[in-house]
Amino acid sequence: MMMNNVQAVNDALMYEMGKDPSVMVIGEDVGTEGGVFRATTGLQQKFGKERVVDTPLSENGIVGCAVGLALNGMKPVAEIQFSGFVPAAYDQLMSHASRMRQRTMGRFHVPLVLRMPFGGGVRALEHHSESDETIYTQIPGLKVIAPSSPTDLKGLLISSIRDPDPVIFLEHIKLYRAFREDVPEGEFTVPIGKAKIALPGKDLTIIAWGAMVHVSLEAAKQLNDLGIRAEVIDLRTLKPLDKETMLGSVKKTGRAVIVEEAHRISGFGSDLSAIIAERAMLSLKAPIIRVSGYDIRFPLYKLEDEYLPSPQRVIVAAKEVMNF
Amino acid sequence: MIDDKYLFRLEKGETFHILDQDGTANSLDPDLPQDMLLKMYRMMVQVRSFDEKALKLQRAGRMGTYPPLSGQEAVQIGSAFALEKGDWMVPSYREAGAMMVKGVPMKLQYMMWMGNDRGNRIPDEVNCLPISIPVGSQMLHAAGIAWAARIKKQNLAVICYFGDGATSRGDFHEGLNFASVFIVPAVYVCSNNGFAISTPVTQQTHAETLAQKAIAYGMRGYRMDGMDVLASYVMAKDALERAKKGDGPTLIEALCYRFGPHTTSDNPDLYRQKEEVQKIIKETDPVARFRNYLVKKDLWDDPKEKALREEIDGLVDAAAKEAEQAPPPKFEDLVHNVFASTPEYLEDELNYFKKVSGGSPP
Repeated sequence: MMMNNVQAVNDALMYEMGKDPSVMVIGEDVGTEGGVFRATTGLQQKFGKERVVDTPLSENGIVGCAVGLALNGMKPVAEIQFSGFVPAAYDQLMSHASRMRQRTMGRFHVPLVLRMPFGGGVRALEHHSESDETIYTQIPGLKVIAPSSPTDLKGLLISSIRDPDPVIFLEHIKLYRAFREDVPEGEFTVPIGKAKIALPGKDLTIIAWGAMVHVSLEAAKQLNDLGIRAEVIDLRTLKPLDKETMLGSVKKTGRAVIVEEAHRISGFGSDLSAIIAERAMLSLKAPIIRVSGYDIRFPLYKLEDEYLPSPQRVIVAAKEVMNF
Repeated sequence: MIDDKYLFRLEKGETFHILDQDGTANSLDPDLPQDMLLKMYRMMVQVRSFDEKALKLQRAGRMGTYPPLSGQEAVQIGSAFALEKGDWMVPSYREAGAMMVKGVPMKLQYMMWMGNDRGNRIPDEVNCLPISIPVGSQMLHAAGIAWAARIKKQNLAVICYFGDGATSRGDFHEGLNFASVFIVPAVYVCSNNGFAISTPVTQQTHAETLAQKAIAYGMRGYRMDGMDVLASYVMAKDALERAKKGDGPTLIEALCYRFGPHTTSDNPDLYRQKEEVQKIIKETDPVARFRNYLVKKDLWDDPKEKALREEIDGLVDAAAKEAEQAPPPKFEDLVHNVFASTPEYLEDELNYFKKVSGGSPP
């Protein structure tokens, strides 16, 4: 069925809630309104107010209660309206959700999915365009997912709900309604921890996730016109990372460009760069280059395009590694 | 000036109380069966002994930092005795007594304070979370567990413990608010021992009581004498029953006193006068108060006391010894418990660990 990313979220939740009565959707305005992006439209009508719950306005309350719900046998899928509001809930993620299984040596675990729109590019307000994935990848015990297409989103969201551990599910705000594609109906999963080759190539490897996959694909298209065949890797899952696919590609091409929206210092790209340096050093024909956001707060929207990595910036980096 | 008729007012309730320090019970005495009274007393003595032993172990370098609870036995043991087997307990870090009643063995608790990760591995049949160190953050878990219980129509309630300091945190507000909005079966017990480390409760809040905060959440709030184990039992029992009937959560402020330091790293002489503390202990000790009650009822005497103390001290010593001898988990057990199934990057880290450390500790 043709659907965009918002519809893919809805489809995955409809399917999994129909299948598993312990799945709940909680969050601000997720019920009557169907969420600020309408990703949960129709769920409350179908599954009732007990399972699709409009909560008080408190991110920390939502995550903390979701931990409790999960500890007593429910599978909460909690929505945070924008990833820029998660800092208030950081304590619950860091201090409890992520560590419950390990600190109790397996006695308790927290099957919680925390969905949130992230990233910029839609002329949003302050605090509505953040890319905070490194905050989550740095916390032991969390899985972190950032799909770039409706098919992957549906398959990964269902896998995340079925996962017995807490999952941070990052949905790129600019991709919500950017395009539609044919998504498998009904039962469909994509495994957590598997990257995919979004575009095969032989000259250099571009590694990206979320909206940056599409920026990278556009860059690859233009590079192709210049005779440079870029391979684009869509990580899909940031943690646990599919090192094999990434390293396999870099060993083949000998060149790596990492594209991320987040701030540069200690961004996830730094980690990827370190892994490539540690594991594929002898294959490299050029230094690894990171194309990223800057170490400034995300600008108000008149300058957001200056902040965000563009196909042009990726092309500059690609030429640099090609001409090294 | 706006007329006072527009002003919202609160009417303060009385402090709930049954036992005087000399053991005299008022008309609210629940007349509990003898064997239950004796079990409660036995547990109070055991918790006091556990606590004193913990301090000694820490001072001797045989245990890490420990937060003593002496003085708070009545709040914990009375309310925990009101629980049924299926009920959940969500403790703070100063709840060794309540946890013991709930079924978390002394040995496990000592192990945790001795730095052994296996100490947090609560037994399967016990619905009790491990302690929560970030103050008040557990209040939301109690709301969530109770919320799930309501959805699943489980006939149970959740008891959540925290201190006066927690009432300043957002989690207190969020926990009570969510619990009340979703009408969940939870009982929130605030052990107001007067101090958050060194900061007196008068500096946590300008409100006259902590109990009155319940009013803002549309829930019941009570204040009780936290040195009175019978008051604690009766009040918790009542709140748990109402919670299970679907009447929603309750906030109980238990007025108590921490006889010792906040933790073994704290020096209470910096913020409390020794003489004042001694006077409070003499006048309010909850263990002595309950013993006086039992003596008045002819259920207790000095020979029984002596025999019990000897027996309990033996059990506590044995628990401490067993805890010291209990091996910690293997390093790989930590790695393998981060997720249900261990991702490759953690296996890589484990392989590295084995290479550089010559394998797991014995």
